[in-house]
Amino acid sequence: MMGLEAHVFSNAVTVVLLVGAGVLVAVVRRQRLWREAAHQLWDRRKLAIIVVGLYLGVALLDSIAWKGGIPEDVLDVLPNAPLTLIDRIFLGTKEASYSAPFADVEFYGAAPLRQPGSHLLGTDILGRDVFYLALKGARVALLIGGLTSLIAIPLALLFGVGAGYFGGRFDDFVFFLISTLASMPGLLLLIALIMAMGRDTLSVCVALGVTSWVGFCRLSRAETLKLRELDFVSAARALGVPEIRIVIRHILPNLAHLIVITFVLMFSGLVLSEVVLSWLGIGVDGSWGQMIDGARNELSREPVIWWNIAAAGSALFVLILAVNIVGDGIRDVLDPRMQKGSP
Amino acid sequence: MSVLLQVKNLRTTFPSASGPMPVVDDISFDLARGEVLALVGESGSGKSMTALSILRLVPKPGKVSSGSVLLAGEDLLRLPVTEMRRVRGARIAMIFQEPMTSLNPVVAVGAQVMEAIQLHDPINKVDARSRARALFAEVGIPDPEARLDAYPHHLSGGLKQRVMIAMALSMRPEILIADEPTTALDVTVQAQILTLLRNLQRERGTAILLITHDLGIVNELADRVAVMYAGRLVEVAERKALLSNPLHPYTQGLLKSIPSRTPAGERLPEIPGVVPSPDQWPTGCRFSTRCPLCFEPCETIQPEEIEDSAGRRVWCHEVERSMDAESSS
Amino acid sequence: MGAYVIRRLLYGVGVVLGVLFLLFILFFTVTKPDDIARRALGEKAPPEVIEQWKVNHGYDRDLWPWQDWNDNLLFDHYRRMLTFDFGLSDADDSPIMDRIKAGMGPSLALTVPLLVFGLLLAIPLSLLVAFFRETYIDRMGVFLCVLAMSVSMLLYIIGAQFLIGKILRWYPISGFDPSLLMLPRFLAMPIMVGLIGGVGGDVRFYRTVFLEESSRDFVRTARAKGASESRIMTRHILRNALIPILTNVVLAIPFLFTGALLLEAFFGIPGLGSITVDAIAANDFSTLRTMVFIGSLLLIVGQIVTDLCYGLVDPRVRLE
Repeated sequence: MMGLEAHVFSNAVTVVLLVGAGVLVAVVRRQRLWREAAHQLWDRRKLAIIVVGLYLGVALLDSIAWKGGIPEDVLDVLPNAPLTLIDRIFLGTKEASYSAPFADVEFYGAAPLRQPGSHLLGTDILGRDVFYLALKGARVALLIGGLTSLIAIPLALLFGVGAGYFGGRFDDFVFFLISTLASMPGLLLLIALIMAMGRDTLSVCVALGVTSWVGFCRLSRAETLKLRELDFVSAARALGVPEIRIVIRHILPNLAHLIVITFVLMFSGLVLSEVVLSWLGIGVDGSWGQMIDGARNELSREPVIWWNIAAAGSALFVLILAVNIVGDGIRDVLDPRMQKGSP
Repeated sequence: MSVLLQVKNLRTTFPSASGPMPVVDDISFDLARGEVLALVGESGSGKSMTALSILRLVPKPGKVSSGSVLLAGEDLLRLPVTEMRRVRGARIAMIFQEPMTSLNPVVAVGAQVMEAIQLHDPINKVDARSRARALFAEVGIPDPEARLDAYPHHLSGGLKQRVMIAMALSMRPEILIADEPTTALDVTVQAQILTLLRNLQRERGTAILLITHDLGIVNELADRVAVMYAGRLVEVAERKALLSNPLHPYTQGLLKSIPSRTPAGERLPEIPGVVPSPDQWPTGCRFSTRCPLCFEPCETIQPEEIEDSAGRRVWCHEVERSMDAESSS
Repeated sequence: MGAYVIRRLLYGVGVVLGVLFLLFILFFTVTKPDDIARRALGEKAPPEVIEQWKVNHGYDRDLWPWQDWNDNLLFDHYRRMLTFDFGLSDADDSPIMDRIKAGMGPSLALTVPLLVFGLLLAIPLSLLVAFFRETYIDRMGVFLCVLAMSVSMLLYIIGAQFLIGKILRWYPISGFDPSLLMLPRFLAMPIMVGLIGGVGGDVRFYRTVFLEESSRDFVRTARAKGASESRIMTRHILRNALIPILTNVVLAIPFLFTGALLLEAFFGIPGLGSITVDAIAANDFSTLRTMVFIGSLLLIVGQIVTDLCYGLVDPRVRLE
């Protein structure tokens, strides 16, 4: 991270994520429980899964960047700036100012556009293609939802399972910590954290993570308390299995379904929170929230400029809806499975 | 003894991937006034569903698809729901297996019994309460006045079940359906509850449809026994006759596998295999996959009902064959 | 029950102290008083001005007790917060307490009706949907809820303002008039928007609660006694469902506070939420600190009240 350029880091992380996803798929395929669950989910929620997949695809395309290869006549970009695939697709599409979707001329003043009729969703105040901006927001949203969950969930597990399993002073401490954090209104704590830590993307993600981990921590603690009393844990202990191994081999796998469900459902909450943060001015650059916040005032102009906010709002809504639907589907498929033990 | 309840060709189905599955498949039996009929079978045989079907309490998505249930001539399955509610709790009452969860945890038990009374009898609260108190005393709950205001979690399993019985018998129903009433209780408490049921039955002349898998309970309480397997009846007979001379191979296997009947040191006989799930039912006799006497027609042709002179009913090709051989010899 | 109450209250006090500690860490150690001063006065302010400013705002002490037992920020912070001596705003030097007093009224005028109407709307709707479980009504209802939940509150507000304020011109887009007569006019829109934004999630949650209670064994017993479906719903299911519903209502209290944040800011209502939003824009740490403390206090009180109410509603709890 030190001295590593942002885009190289991002490329590396993308590759790691892809490899990790591949490993996950390989592991899941070997276990009947998960394989069948995946099939059931696909049967019931095809459309929503495809939609989420599309967003993921766009985000991936926007995560791979390299320098150079910019045609000479493109003026608005520095010659050596790292550009992603999405950037390159829309290279050279910048206009001077607002234009309506599919228009041939500028919105105010009717000056002719450089690429008439080619802007699907119009252009914004700086002339950038709105469709392009909406696509770029996908990566940001997935980053906010995904990265933050990747911070929050392990944290919650560490404290929750540890407190539930080992009990004693640690449990008292964790319970007090949870109570304290849960007593602070989430948004306010979030704001306080960001004001204190800084407004860059990583700080925002960390702040979001810190404010979201409490719910799952409570849940995993409660579940661990239940699991700890089950016979197979006593049996493992009686056999002399070390405690850590019990936790990893026996407790965690029984929490796996909760982890998946929580991850998906947390995702939408986080993305929606970021929208509010953007409006407060402490959001992440390039997010749909920022687009919406920026476009708010445009609605009061005469004539109305609506395509900016419509694009960002729709992109946001469709992703959240799809994730919610998939999340509900996952919960329906996994929970009864885990409760009743067999299909 | 006059016939009180007539179940005729009762069929209850649950939807499944391969169409509606009849978990209660063409069941017919009678229940006479004041008699105790035990409905015996393993888990999944459909006995609980039969009981629920009589009161039309089958949980969704299941439903009673055909047949009739005649209570003193009136078909309960055709009654409008408001009429059915008047039957429930007043003419036919039911107690369930799990007293722990069958009582409302946030309402005092006295109030729950009073509700059973006041749903059918427009008396005031004071009178209802004194009736509830009397019922508590009758079912053997010590210190009934104090217990009226207790909550379910204050009571032991046995006491809770007594409350359930009090609730069920409060309107002096003609029939009590008891779905495994002692399965969830300790053995000592089981005996007490069984004694209570027997005494109440004798005093009040209530007919009891007793659902159980425990042949010991059958021996203690039942007048007649009906054995179910995979949704169908296989044998119906008087208790003594069934227990001493079972005709159907399944009943024989059940009785053989009772531990007390096997001398010490000998291997306990078992019925090989497992109960087939609905999608694996053979077209013929459902027990054919595990029957030691299975021969040619068994797997493909459903056995017809055979009734003998003593009123015993059996569904078995082998029994039919041996009976034919007897009558022709 | 008495011991339970006392223990709960003591624990609540402990949590308040914990919250204050967390706030101290956030606001005094992560961001240094020097930085706060500079943000208020400007980067180029001379050191004497900064020092004076720090004195005025009480930032001039040592942070920790071990540095100076008699005069340190930690104890001072605790003392002042617990005595509600909130001091001056870092941004404009106005007394924070005054602003809070002024803001409480409008905030309550917004949030209390929001909470009450929200319940009045969500519970019957979810009862209805649960009553018709597994039917077309139920499925449509759930889908609509998911749909409604997937829209950001911001979009609801913007959309409502655009639609009703600009196009239809039914209500004023923003503004506030405390007089009893005018109050409903200005609160109508924020309350409506707040309700629409929140009803989806609430109905879905309550529906789940009602369905869970519906499948319990004691419902089957009640049916076997001959009770009607409506009686079962009201006398048995509702009573048991109150417990999780109560939890949810209390958990919703902070969201009132923050949802009110958006609503107040957008609709120009000068309540506590507006104060918070202004504080963020102005980097006003002391006001922000106070608002977080107040919000937490409200939430803690709400949680204690819920826990005590459990004792009333759920007889199983009283034993503990």
